[in-house]
Amino acid sequence: MLAIQSERLVETVKRIYHNVAYYRDKMQQAGLTPFDIKGVEDLHKLPFTTKSDLRDNYPFGLFTVPMSEIVRLHASSGTTGKPTVVGYTRKDINMWAEVVTRSLCMAGVHKNDIVQIAYGYGLFTGGLGIHYGTENLGASVIPISGGNTQKQIQLMQDFNSSVLCCTPSYALYISDVLNEAGIDPETLNLRVGIFGAEPWSEAMRKEIERKLKLRAIDIYGLSEIVGPGVSCECEYQQGMHVHEDHFIPEIIDPITLKPVTDGEVGELVFSTITKEGIPLLRYRTRDLTRLIYDKCSCGRTLVRMEKCKGRSDDMLIIRGVNVFPSQIESVLLEMSETEPHYLLIVERENTLDTLSLMVEVQEQFFSDEIRKLQDLRKRITHKLESTLGLTVDVKLVEPKTIERTAGKAKRVIDKRNI
Amino acid sequence: MLIKQISVFLENKSGRLNEVSQVLGEAEINISAFSVADTSEFGILRLIVSDPDKALDVLHEHGFTVSQTDVVCLSCPNQAGALAKALKILSKNEISIEYLYALSMGDAASVILKPNDVERCIEVLKKNKLELIKASDLYKI
Repeated sequence: MLAIQSERLVETVKRIYHNVAYYRDKMQQAGLTPFDIKGVEDLHKLPFTTKSDLRDNYPFGLFTVPMSEIVRLHASSGTTGKPTVVGYTRKDINMWAEVVTRSLCMAGVHKNDIVQIAYGYGLFTGGLGIHYGTENLGASVIPISGGNTQKQIQLMQDFNSSVLCCTPSYALYISDVLNEAGIDPETLNLRVGIFGAEPWSEAMRKEIERKLKLRAIDIYGLSEIVGPGVSCECEYQQGMHVHEDHFIPEIIDPITLKPVTDGEVGELVFSTITKEGIPLLRYRTRDLTRLIYDKCSCGRTLVRMEKCKGRSDDMLIIRGVNVFPSQIESVLLEMSETEPHYLLIVERENTLDTLSLMVEVQEQFFSDEIRKLQDLRKRITHKLESTLGLTVDVKLVEPKTIERTAGKAKRVIDKRNI
Repeated sequence: MLIKQISVFLENKSGRLNEVSQVLGEAEINISAFSVADTSEFGILRLIVSDPDKALDVLHEHGFTVSQTDVVCLSCPNQAGALAKALKILSKNEISIEYLYALSMGDAASVILKPNDVERCIEVLKKNKLELIKASDLYKI
């Protein structure tokens, strides 16, 4: 494995050095050229790549091929208004399908399965990512995308879906709707669930398995690395196997940025070694976890990562969507000259996440007419919806309602117990 | 003829109106008229007070979000049809009213209104010989 990784890493470093001025500058500033990287043992010398690097080079600055070679573009949330864009060559699309296929096989999915894909299809990598992997496997895809729960259930019954792919919170929501409709999950054909795109606990897993009568498998990915399929659990559900012949994982201390000792928890960093469109070296995911190098009970020796324990930044995942509090701040700042005081409250009501935003009505927002205040509220709601893709319940409150803190303002209260 | 009205933003929480009246009372500011416009989440308290500039400062100091708006005060005879007559004149002259509130006592009724165009409203009312109450008189009521 080390030999394959080293060879691919060296090629990738050369590719990036010669095609991406931004990263080449970073390497030169660190006194490095491609000749200094001879294998995986030199990986730690390379500079990191972060989400803000993608934002600063929006949209295509980090691509190593011309647009004529790019056959697909995807995007995900950026820390402020701009999304982060990723591009795929044909080879990348095939590789992505391959890692997802591997993931599905590990999870126990086979070509005779009927796979209901309820991840969103579109710019989000979830839907199309699982789709191509499933087709590649030879199973039958139902590309239903998210939402319309009545229809999801109808198709599960009529088409005999055996595999369900969606966010874990949506899976729980579906189980609630089934329950209310008096449908016994035993009457459905579901056997495996492929759940990801947001953090979920062991307790949630047990609940989903109990309520939907399937094996709930954790899948991990992020669009910057490729999409879903970077790692996935096998049937033993003891950590997610990383496809390390394509993505080299490292764990670093998020403060010192140095690699941690084996088995310690830290921030997950990936280097893509086979991507052509937008290969990234030492990309900081901001997800906290640890790596397990022992051989798994399934027999695979691919390194495993544990369920993510949290983030090393302030990003939230709400209904599978990445939300940065700073995005909310930019929206509010667009509407006022001074920094608004706001508080974001995230709750989970009956398995679905809800977002409410309290905004203090300071002089710059105030109007003597009810109509204008209601308009203000509507405008904030609409702007947030178009920026985040989520509906936020906006509450106008009096000044000083929101607690002032001595240090950095506490902008988010997450009441969910995931 | 322009009356300075104070508007205060209030959440629908108990005790808010109370606090406003206490703050003004302690600052020896008298309230001549007021009305509350409400939705389910918040309300706007509109006040005519004896010293609008001082009220603005004092409420601001106590952490309220306040603003000042120019309104007009019309005096009508306290009899049926008097208000209708005045409103007809305004509507004929294409002056629309955002809101209004009133109090009648004895022979006269005072109607505080916020038109879309304050200057023109005053002109129209004067031209039609309708009586306007001066700011200084209103603050003292």
